[in-house]
Amino acid sequence: MHIRISSSEGVPIYVQIVHQVKSLVASGILSPGDEIPPIRTLAETLVINPNTVARAYLELERAGIVRKKQGFGTYIAETKTSFSRREKINAIKGRMDALLVEAQHLSLGLDEVTVLLSERYAVLLAERKK
Amino acid sequence: MKFPSPSSAEAVVSVSELSRRFGEKVALDNVSIYVPKGTVFGLIGENGAGKTTLIKHILGLLAAESGTVRVFGSDPTSDPVRVLGRIGYLSELPEIPGWMQVQELIRYMKAFYPKWDSVYAAALLEEFGLNPAQRISTLSKGQVTKAGLLVAQAHRPELLLLDEPSSGLDPMVRREILEAVIRVVADEGRTVFFSSHFLDEIERVSDHIAMLHQGKLTFCGSLDDIKERHRVVSMRFRESQIKPPEIQGALGVTGASRDWTCLNQGPSDKLSSLIIQRGGQILDEHPPTLHEIFVAYAGTNES
Repeated sequence: MHIRISSSEGVPIYVQIVHQVKSLVASGILSPGDEIPPIRTLAETLVINPNTVARAYLELERAGIVRKKQGFGTYIAETKTSFSRREKINAIKGRMDALLVEAQHLSLGLDEVTVLLSERYAVLLAERKK
Repeated sequence: MKFPSPSSAEAVVSVSELSRRFGEKVALDNVSIYVPKGTVFGLIGENGAGKTTLIKHILGLLAAESGTVRVFGSDPTSDPVRVLGRIGYLSELPEIPGWMQVQELIRYMKAFYPKWDSVYAAALLEEFGLNPAQRISTLSKGQVTKAGLLVAQAHRPELLLLDEPSSGLDPMVRREILEAVIRVVADEGRTVFFSSHFLDEIERVSDHIAMLHQGKLTFCGSLDDIKERHRVVSMRFRESQIKPPEIQGALGVTGASRDWTCLNQGPSDKLSSLIIQRGGQILDEHPPTLHEIFVAYAGTNES
């Protein structure tokens, strides 16, 4: 499991782990049934406090992203996306902001961007069906 | 500033209203800290802030002039054998006789600790890549630190106390030392107390931190709580400011002309109205790094 911890942003480390595991699951790099490293192993690899990893795993378990099998490690849970609407919006907000800023620089209005997005969506949908 | 001591968790170290003077100089001024069992406790502060003086009180090398120091519930100056037997200590400059071989150092230290674990010591020797027959005087600074760490933890102390373990070491050795610290905590829920100038290390490895500034305690508590209590606030003023705008409650104000940044403790609504009064507005706020917190507090001078 590839996780990078940055101390150059103020985001608490356990939150960084939670976010990154969630996005690894969302992007399909981690699938249901995959085992994630034991707390101690991840703590040593990332050189961070084991209690911090434990806290992240607890949050992930509460969110239904991972499941603990007693004595057999921690696994990605079967249940389908348990992201709340707010979490989904938060996940995509940054990219929307970047898109809108870029559009503004190119003098493209919101209406035009909305139309373009719908067009792209149709193209992607058509490609996936092939 | 007062902080509630979490009475639910067992305290390995509890220091209460400790003050210490050296002649005219106040080294520690009414300092209270609380180190819960099983945590990595990071102590930060500038040179001369009182970190080593505080550590010497915990080790019982200095007696409290006023206030109390308790380690495992005992006063380390009145019960030194009992307390020190449960502590492993590594100083910034381990005073190890240069003529000794690594294995002689191990044998020498073993004599002091009834709970010495020779199997563990041998494993650490292997792990740190130390040659038992080599003389201390011919070791690199990193190797001396590793030898010091080996003898500090081979009796499996309940409290590992490290005073600036990383100073002057290269990143590889620093990483090895931090990994050893992590294993100590992961293994048996033992407690680590360490001071460091490397704030990114403290931020990664500690779950509790305290900061000393000019002998006074700036804050003490869980790292996550301390970070959540603070915000870095970016502000913009309508008119160019020649010197940092004075805003009550804003710490470490830096910037130039119309754009300034500060550290704010607590909710930002009060700060916001003060900024508006001065003809400015908040552009952005985000959680601070430990570095940003440190710099903001270290820049505040009280006399």
